[in-house]
Amino acid sequence: MLAKLCKKAFPKSLWVYHCNSGACNGCDIEILNILTPYYDVERFGIKVVASPRHADVMFISGAVTRPTLPLVKKAYAAIPEPKLVFGIGSCAIGGNCWFDTYHVTGGADKAVPVNYIIPGCPPRPEAIIYGVALALGLVDKKASPVELKQVEFPVDMYQNNKAYEERNVIYQVLKN
Amino acid sequence: MWLTSKIKQVLMVLKPGVVTLKYPFEPHPVAKDFRGQPSWDHHKCVGCGGCAVHCPARTIMIRDVCQDLRIMLYDGARCTYCGRCADVCPEDAITMTENFELATNDRNDITVNMELFMLTCQRCGRCFNMETTNMIDKMGLRGYRYDNLEARAVIPKVTEHFDEKLLEESDRYKRPQK
Repeated sequence: MLAKLCKKAFPKSLWVYHCNSGACNGCDIEILNILTPYYDVERFGIKVVASPRHADVMFISGAVTRPTLPLVKKAYAAIPEPKLVFGIGSCAIGGNCWFDTYHVTGGADKAVPVNYIIPGCPPRPEAIIYGVALALGLVDKKASPVELKQVEFPVDMYQNNKAYEERNVIYQVLKN
Repeated sequence: MWLTSKIKQVLMVLKPGVVTLKYPFEPHPVAKDFRGQPSWDHHKCVGCGGCAVHCPARTIMIRDVCQDLRIMLYDGARCTYCGRCADVCPEDAITMTENFELATNDRNDITVNMELFMLTCQRCGRCFNMETTNMIDKMGLRGYRYDNLEARAVIPKVTEHFDEKLLEESDRYKRPQK
């Protein structure tokens, strides 16, 4: 439903408000990097604007620290509807190493609803472009949950026990 | 005069040509030794928990649901991609892949869930040698671990023998609200 809304609401261009909520500047430099001619996101109509009132999309970087928490909430409220929030970097998504420290709320999703997450510490500029293109519907989602199960070991154990029983004459005698 | 300078500019621009990448439509290879999403090989993993102990973001969680079954959860949401887990893995079961296109709208998409069968010692019936236990060894969190996978929380408590009470306690665990 959200993807449909996105396609209807942002058919041409996204104006981005970049919100640093206590990041180390690594993610901020990568966000500025996607504006350079080498990556040039303006071909998708993406533009970084100074005021949240002009923006459609908020890029949050950084684990939301306690002093910035009310400011992030106010900036989010100032963006006109419909709006999207991108969490950029591990800090904004889950809080990174500081997810349970005393002065960090532990991720942007504790402060504002986050629609898309772009993991990485910092994410590559390509990863950010990929995330924005995913929201625009230009590319398909590649990430999926992985479930792995060890099944060999008990089977192995069973076969080993069986071979052991067959090898030893006493088990055959007991059976007979 | 202004025309010559414009022509000069055009010639200067023509020399490098178009440098912009066609990235989302054409793949762009990563640099050498780039660390992307870690991947686990469950055939090699012995379930020692070294990756969970060394993870700086504590994003690898281990839960022993019974004596023989250990569940390991990697939550990619707060992963730093430091490659520490791949360094400490004694069996080389973890490799850092070059996959960086991990952007999703659902944070469960970047998790790895593993079920490991633990081999208990035939003589003493324990997973690890806990005979020489002291506080420094316990800080390394060896033994049975009871992390809460729903809350994505590492609970720094271990026991030498499997304890059902601690498992129930960790089920009721909630993050401190601020």
